[in-house]
Amino acid sequence: MAESRLTASQQAAYWEKTKRLMLVILAAWFFFSFVIHFWAPQLNHIRIIGFPLGYYMAAQGSLIAFVLMCVWNAKAQDRIDHEFGVQDE
Amino acid sequence: MAAIQGGFLANLGRIYALYTGTFIGFTIFIGLLELLGVPNRILGYLFIFLTLGVYALIGWLARTAEVNEYYVAGRAVPAFYNGMATGADWMSAASFIGMAGSLYFGGYGGLAFVLGWTGGYVLVSILMAPYLRKFGQFTVPDFFSARYGGNVARALAVVVLITASFTYVVAQIVGVGIITARFLDIPFQLACFVGLLGILLCSMLGGMKAVTWTQVAQYIILIIAYMIPVVVLSAKVTGVPIPQLMYGQALEKIEALEKTFGVAQPYASAFTDAKGAYSPTAMWNFFALILCLMVGTASLPHILMRYFTTPSVKQARDSVAWSLFFIFLLYFTAPAYAAFAKLEVYQNVIGQPIASLPAWVSSWGSIGLVGACDGANAAQTFALCKGVTGNGDGILQLSEFRLHTDAVVLATPEIAGLPYVISGLVAAGGLAAALSTADGLLLAIANALSHDIYYKMIDPNADTKRRLVISRVLLGLVALVAAYVAGTLGADILFLVSWAFSMAAAGLFAGLVLGIWWKRAGDAAGVWGIIVGFGLCMFFLIATEFYGPWVKQSLSWMGDINIVKIRGRDVAYIWGINNISVGIFGIPAAFIAMLVAGWVTKPASAEMQDFIDSIRVPAGSVRNAEAAH
Repeated sequence: MAESRLTASQQAAYWEKTKRLMLVILAAWFFFSFVIHFWAPQLNHIRIIGFPLGYYMAAQGSLIAFVLMCVWNAKAQDRIDHEFGVQDE
Repeated sequence: MAAIQGGFLANLGRIYALYTGTFIGFTIFIGLLELLGVPNRILGYLFIFLTLGVYALIGWLARTAEVNEYYVAGRAVPAFYNGMATGADWMSAASFIGMAGSLYFGGYGGLAFVLGWTGGYVLVSILMAPYLRKFGQFTVPDFFSARYGGNVARALAVVVLITASFTYVVAQIVGVGIITARFLDIPFQLACFVGLLGILLCSMLGGMKAVTWTQVAQYIILIIAYMIPVVVLSAKVTGVPIPQLMYGQALEKIEALEKTFGVAQPYASAFTDAKGAYSPTAMWNFFALILCLMVGTASLPHILMRYFTTPSVKQARDSVAWSLFFIFLLYFTAPAYAAFAKLEVYQNVIGQPIASLPAWVSSWGSIGLVGACDGANAAQTFALCKGVTGNGDGILQLSEFRLHTDAVVLATPEIAGLPYVISGLVAAGGLAAALSTADGLLLAIANALSHDIYYKMIDPNADTKRRLVISRVLLGLVALVAAYVAGTLGADILFLVSWAFSMAAAGLFAGLVLGIWWKRAGDAAGVWGIIVGFGLCMFFLIATEFYGPWVKQSLSWMGDINIVKIRGRDVAYIWGINNISVGIFGIPAAFIAMLVAGWVTKPASAEMQDFIDSIRVPAGSVRNAEAAH
């Protein structure tokens, strides 16, 4: 692999974008891990194909969101890497 | 060897497809043997020894004398397969056998484990895996040493790693022992050592390389074994073979039946106490446990070191997504197991005459997993009925029914009316889950001892051959000690596993995250982060568990402390928090200690900051990795 060093300002811009992506996904993670379940007793009054919604979110909904977040991070970070030409494959 | 290796890696898809086909064929063959009248015990032996044999064969084929292959599988594991291997590494006996049972009893409260053991991968993906892969050494303590000034930080990280992983591996060997004991019909202590043999056969000769390819094989078995019984049960109960969508109906029926039984705390109700009233303490315990399990996920070295094995940074990120997907498949199925088992019990067991109970009650009752305790002498037939007095009216009331946590997964094949061969398959799956996790943990411990302590701190001039011999000897020794502790300890394992997560979370998380995301943090920050975070966590863990009354007396200034009788001890609950979430004290303490130490001492050197810049970017080389030494 050719040594293609970023300039200091490129490095800062790259990290700024990476950091912003991290913070957005971290916020989504916080929402689906904690915030939504705070209202589980209320959500449980709503039923979808038999599932009380509060129960469903903890048993399945949040899990699907977590998987999508990991896929999202992989794809979005890959785009940032390509934008700065620092991808490693 | 190189040619064979290339051939293997180029044909992974074909090889594992062939393997899966052979395994299914083998299961059908055992099914035929059952039809021919071969006794169940022989079928159990066949399943256990043949799967163990396959793992051992893979372990032998993957034997290696190269350091890079031994520690990081030659960094040649594609994202997809590393995902499967991580899935097996991750899902233990507690997940495979215990979790559905916890959900059966805990209802909504048990979902803390489902959430906590999946959401942490988001943290791994966004905060660490790509950067640790770029860093590109062998172990997690390697990172602490490079980032925080050498051997003090390395030694502290090793202490956390060994404490957490050893606690965890003991729980796994208990799981191996329980399954082996049940299906081979041998005493539990002996079963722990037999299981150990299986573990060592996989990992001894080939290190990480062997463990990786065995774990992929183990994942395939465990996921097939987990899905089949509940899919058939769903088809039988609802007419649709998709349990994950159909158990909503089961939840509805459970709720209706609960009303007729007069159950105060509805199954799906969130944050309620035993009387069904809203309980903030239940809510805070739920959130505290989720936080500890998630942060622990992103700190446990046996998981993080799996992301050292991918060929690139990009693949490390992709592989986190694959890992979580493969883990998700099991975790979103577990609540369906629990719901269908509950429905079966409510519909066909409770309120039935003792004489007409389903057959599975007596067959699992005879080995102490189920108890129908109506009559005065019920304890003679059902070991679980000890101490329960039924009213002897010939009808089984809810209060007279007992069920062991492990029975939910183990008995489902029989509840679904499946032949014994499927029970054998489930046992093979549980064994695969427990073995694969134990493999990963033992390897993490042995690597910390041989690479970090021996090679990096005691004898940096040791040659390759000597290092690998030392590593193998230590692996065997640690395994023996763990099996001995497991054999003597036995019993309940879920709290041990939860403790391991809290320990790792309090000790390593802050140092890993801030090491990558906060350039200013100097050596002192890293060292004090571990000392304060891990120290406080261990202090509260030991004090609340073993010195409950002292905690109540001396730490009352902290606020509300009450004593709960559990695990045969007086355990102190500070602010009503169960000490399985003890990381809740250590995690913030580690961050505060790092921030304070980081600000009062001088910032990390320019070389160190350049090193951090270089691991933040996928391309290019790692700069100044040795600056700290």
